[in-house]
Amino acid sequence: MALPPPKSDGRLEKVLRAGLFAVTAELNPPDSADPHDVFDAALVLSQVCDAINATDASGAHCHMSSVAICALLTHAGYSPVMQVSCRDRNRIAIQGDVLGAAAMGVHSILCLTGDDVTAGDQPGAKRVFDLDSIQLLRTIRTMRDEGCYMSGRKITVPPRLFLGAASNPFAPPYDWRPDRMAKKIEAGADFFQSQYCFDVPRLETFMKRVRDLGLHEKAYFLVGVGPLRSERAAEFMRSKVPGVHIPDEVLERLRKTPKERKREEGKKICVEIIQQVREIEGVHGVHLMAYRQEELVAEIVEESGLMSRRRRTENTDPNSWIAGKRGSAHPNPQASRTPPVGND
Amino acid sequence: MGFARRLQNHPRLLAASYQANLWIAMKLKFAIRIFGPDRLARWLRAPEEFTKRQIFGCTMCGQCILHSTGMTCPMTCPKNLRNGPCGGVRANGNCEVEPEMRCIWVDAYDRSKMMTTYKDELHVLQPPVDRQLEGSSAWVNLMTGADRVSTAGWSDSPKVES
Repeated sequence: MALPPPKSDGRLEKVLRAGLFAVTAELNPPDSADPHDVFDAALVLSQVCDAINATDASGAHCHMSSVAICALLTHAGYSPVMQVSCRDRNRIAIQGDVLGAAAMGVHSILCLTGDDVTAGDQPGAKRVFDLDSIQLLRTIRTMRDEGCYMSGRKITVPPRLFLGAASNPFAPPYDWRPDRMAKKIEAGADFFQSQYCFDVPRLETFMKRVRDLGLHEKAYFLVGVGPLRSERAAEFMRSKVPGVHIPDEVLERLRKTPKERKREEGKKICVEIIQQVREIEGVHGVHLMAYRQEELVAEIVEESGLMSRRRRTENTDPNSWIAGKRGSAHPNPQASRTPPVGND
Repeated sequence: MGFARRLQNHPRLLAASYQANLWIAMKLKFAIRIFGPDRLARWLRAPEEFTKRQIFGCTMCGQCILHSTGMTCPMTCPKNLRNGPCGGVRANGNCEVEPEMRCIWVDAYDRSKMMTTYKDELHVLQPPVDRQLEGSSAWVNLMTGADRVSTAGWSDSPKVES
């Protein structure tokens, strides 16, 4: 199957197109005005992942903005995924931010509806939701492919962007979720990053339907994973973070672990989940969300065996990539343009 | 369960009444030519708001897509989503923002499955809301076509202004 031309010049798209199992990670945005807080966090993550997500006030908590984090990261040579939520800005502000981001060197944008203001610490704020995530995807796709704003006014140099969307297979109505994914692909989604996965059987059911609809061939799917610090942290996430589903077995497992080993156990659960989802057909990577535990990300990637970046397709030696002997064994000519695995 | 909710759980009945409404609206198009849309809107706005608010919790967005969303008003979603649920729906099917309220999209999905005529319209991509129409009569906008005017960039192959 001939691949369509790439949408962006970014590393994440190249890695996915080359058939590698992608790893992305969320950068916990600082509550400070010191750029080194961003650089320090990015340094830890960049050694093990293909792209760093800059969150846009996730959980409706105010932090350094995603645009600013992307400005710092692109300046330092990274290629971040900028998250854009519809909660805080209207269509005029968002379209301007998208152009600015592309100008700075952002190659991927993740379009989100956004958690409601009531999930955060300033519940009295005005919620905007001028667009919803699907309309946002469609708007940015129009900017990229048609070279115009939503009004039809021309953009002289359109942004080149790899468009992402969120998917939550773990929230009702469960049997509608794959169809929603189809709708998002129709609106312009090129890749998906899912909500935290702690329930692999449910993901399997979801992915089966995704495969039946043929969606795994139209967009890349990255499963969200993350370590739990303790059963208390898990209970907090279950009740306070919207859309996170943690089965009782996981909680029980953490509860039975002695206190000093809980962190280790949480990491182990995460590694196990990564190894399980990697076997599911149609899963193209993982998205690590280690809230205030960035130092664990490298360990998790290492321990789940992702450092060698085994190929999704069976017939190639993974080591050929690191050794730089790519090209000959590769079925995809695009792959030869992919940079060797390492830092951004 | 309130009367309105019981009625909403019969989306086929409501869809039939929508179709009747649509038929009447199309037959009454001539009234726009005689009275003008402004005067017609003055007359129709109050009865429209009264009935739709009682049954659907209508907020008068002025561009009704009820029949595409299982006869459940998307503007009653606290996030005003028009293309389906967010990822925050609780495990019991309730809303992320208001824990006591059932997610309107869970309702919309169940109801659209009961429908016959507009069943598949749930998967149609809905354009962004034109906030200029807020507070106006969707019935009159239906007759004039104002509710179906989307911005140039939204069409499939937009005419780019230079």
